[in-house]
Amino acid sequence: MDQNIILTAKGLNLWYSENHALKDINLDIPQNQVTALIGPSGCGKSTFLKTLDRMNDLVPGVKIEGSVQYRGLEIYDPKVNVTWLRKQIGMVFQKPNPFPMSIYDNIAYGPRTHGIRNKKQLDEIVEKALQGAAIWDEVKDRLKKSALGLSGGQQQRICIARALAVEPDVLLMDEATSALDPISTSKIEDLIADLKKSYTIVIVTHNMQQATRVSDRCAFFLHGELVEADDTEKLFSVPRDKRTEDYITGRFG
Amino acid sequence: MENVNNQLVMDQGLSASRKVYNGVMRALIYVAAAIVVALLIFLLAYIFYRGLPNLSWQFLTAEESVVKDIQGIGPAILNTLYVIVATLVVVLPLGVGAAIYLTEYATNHKLVSTIEFATETLAGIPSIIYALVGVLVFAESLALGKTLVAGAFTLVIMTLPTVIRTTQESLKTVPQSYREGSLGLGSGKWHMIRTVVLPSSIDGIVTGCILSIGRIVGESAVLLYTVGMSMRMQDFFQNGLESFLSSSGSTLSVALYVYAKVRADFDLAFSVAVVLIVITLVINLAAKFLGKKLKKN
Amino acid sequence: MKEKALSKPLAQPQQEVSQPEAKSGNVHVLESAMKLIFFICGFIAIGFVLVITVYLIISGLPAIREVGLVEFLFGTEWASTAEQPKFGILPLILTSVYGTAGAIVIGVPIGFLMAMFLSKVAPRRVANVIRPVVDLLAGIPSIVYGLVGLMVLVPLVRTTFHTAAGESLLASIVVLAVMILPSIISVSETALNAVPREYEEASLALGATEIETYFRVSAPAAKSGIAAAVVLGVGRAIGEAMAIMMVAGNVANMPDLLSSVRFLTTGIAVELAYSSGLQRQALFSIGLVLFLFIMCINVILNVVLKRKKG
Repeated sequence: MDQNIILTAKGLNLWYSENHALKDINLDIPQNQVTALIGPSGCGKSTFLKTLDRMNDLVPGVKIEGSVQYRGLEIYDPKVNVTWLRKQIGMVFQKPNPFPMSIYDNIAYGPRTHGIRNKKQLDEIVEKALQGAAIWDEVKDRLKKSALGLSGGQQQRICIARALAVEPDVLLMDEATSALDPISTSKIEDLIADLKKSYTIVIVTHNMQQATRVSDRCAFFLHGELVEADDTEKLFSVPRDKRTEDYITGRFG
Repeated sequence: MENVNNQLVMDQGLSASRKVYNGVMRALIYVAAAIVVALLIFLLAYIFYRGLPNLSWQFLTAEESVVKDIQGIGPAILNTLYVIVATLVVVLPLGVGAAIYLTEYATNHKLVSTIEFATETLAGIPSIIYALVGVLVFAESLALGKTLVAGAFTLVIMTLPTVIRTTQESLKTVPQSYREGSLGLGSGKWHMIRTVVLPSSIDGIVTGCILSIGRIVGESAVLLYTVGMSMRMQDFFQNGLESFLSSSGSTLSVALYVYAKVRADFDLAFSVAVVLIVITLVINLAAKFLGKKLKKN
Repeated sequence: MKEKALSKPLAQPQQEVSQPEAKSGNVHVLESAMKLIFFICGFIAIGFVLVITVYLIISGLPAIREVGLVEFLFGTEWASTAEQPKFGILPLILTSVYGTAGAIVIGVPIGFLMAMFLSKVAPRRVANVIRPVVDLLAGIPSIVYGLVGLMVLVPLVRTTFHTAAGESLLASIVVLAVMILPSIISVSETALNAVPREYEEASLALGATEIETYFRVSAPAAKSGIAAAVVLGVGRAIGEAMAIMMVAGNVANMPDLLSSVRFLTTGIAVELAYSSGLQRQALFSIGLVLFLFIMCINVILNVVLKRKKG
């Protein structure tokens, strides 16, 4: 199996002021696969996801120790350009958060941010990104309309398209379907399966069925610790740790 | 049937002393309301009654002339405009910038509360002290004299809290998810602020502007002592920006003071009062309209 | 079709990653520059307060030192232009205190009851008509109040009490009371509106009448907001200059309801235009005293508001 590791966490610890939210996390994330982070709420899975593109930097009082490497580059090195890193590692948030602008401007926001001004080039990027997020057909006639007028599921796919438009290498999704109805959710799950051909994807989900449906690898978090990480099939069929077994059989969570 | 029951409850329920209490308190409320409403009506009616007869297009636009026996507040209206523009040009970037620092950048809690305490203090200082400081610091220490620029600088300090506070409030209403979305795409902080945060909070900034204009229009103490009370038209634009900034003259509020206290020409003073009230009304309506829009978003 | 759309060249496994240094360098400079600029903007507010404080102290102290603190604060005679000038500001301090107290005594009850009317008693449509007019009143320049006071109140006082001038502490108190009304009304009303409906329903369910509920449940629940309104009113009244300059008469008498008086604020305003030397320095000393008064009020307001939050 192709096991090129694209992101690696080694001995990662994180504190929100006094609260030790991540404890000595070691995890490899392989290229072109979907890695799912699962666990009960408050277990640190979202926190871990946010350390991967340094969105935790925005939280006041946060302290991070240990190492996270992206393609061998230490991302918490002060020399690292955070904006560049976040361009490489895109993020889709729990609640759809389109900007209060037109659909087109939402998608073009990232490319414009990174210096693309050419109208024709932007048109191409926008179309490609919207197609990539499987929403082109639904919105191609209303690109100049506000993105806030779309349904929740459409908004979330706009946000995915917006993330794709900056041509990231890795795509992080933080419970990206938890605010959506089942039909929109299944559309986005199909999309994830498509996207992994070109991108490395890390998702956080509280929905174990979703994890089994879309992920290749799975990591189980509990109380800020990484309990177990393995191929999804293995983790769900023959968990090595008792706590994992309890969780996936629904004994708590 | 129901009416009868209610009557029964009333009769049984309220002791005499409670009845008195209820009656007296209710009466007091109505008396106070009547006083205030009567006062409102009287004030507005009286001012309009005395001020309207003298209002004419000529009075609003002309420059006064003893020779031609013309009365006019054209220069005062222009002066008011100039003072407003000169003040806003400085206070807007400064106030918006400070608000951005407080809501977007600042991480040090102590520093934030110090700055906020400073703004509250500035907001509470009465204008006569600003007049004192304006005369002392700008007109004398910095040798600007009684000029537009001395007045504008003083008003900048006075209106700064308003601009900071309204901008801060509207920045706080911008959803955090917009910021995360932008930063998540690799924007720098300033790029995020410029492209996402500021466009979403423009209403609040405009509201701050309008409220500041209200304060400037109503201000008389500061302007009387820092910009002067000449009622003549200045050749503002003939000698370039420098002579513009160093020119002096009365604004509308100061003109009212001059008419009432210096010349004892009370009818004209009331005419200026009418103009000021109309401007205040427009400002209030504009601020309310924007406030509603802000709430909707 | 979709394949084509996704035909982004795959990054080579374990390729060396390099950040685009040159371009991001420029962006980085801009970002840091903007951060610095905003920081400076924020700091300027503090700077202004410091400048004002320092200037007032530096220019206010010499006259106090020359006259003597006790003589300055407790001297009962202000005669700045006399041959033997006297700089006692006790009449000014007392006038400001009495004037403010009078305005509060008249303005607060009326304002509070009016807020009660708008918030609880009045039909919504009536309240919606009155409220904008109250707001208009709040925005009218203070000098306009002075003008109306001069033309209406002053003659009224003169004819009612048969005094020589009519420009008096009484007229000033009424003008100040009218001027602080709008802010007392709107701040108290906001506080009353914020009282949770459940409190009132609980009281009504216990058999209290509406009026009893408003005064015994709503008003106590809104008391810190109302206290803030009072402190705000004190601040406005003690700082007002131009309006009362037109109705107070501006003679530095010891305060008496019907005599011409001079406030701390008008004490500065009257002489600021033409003063010089020690007389001018004394004005700055008055400014310093007034500033200290205002600072105390601000601190009280802060404490009141903090308690409200907690």
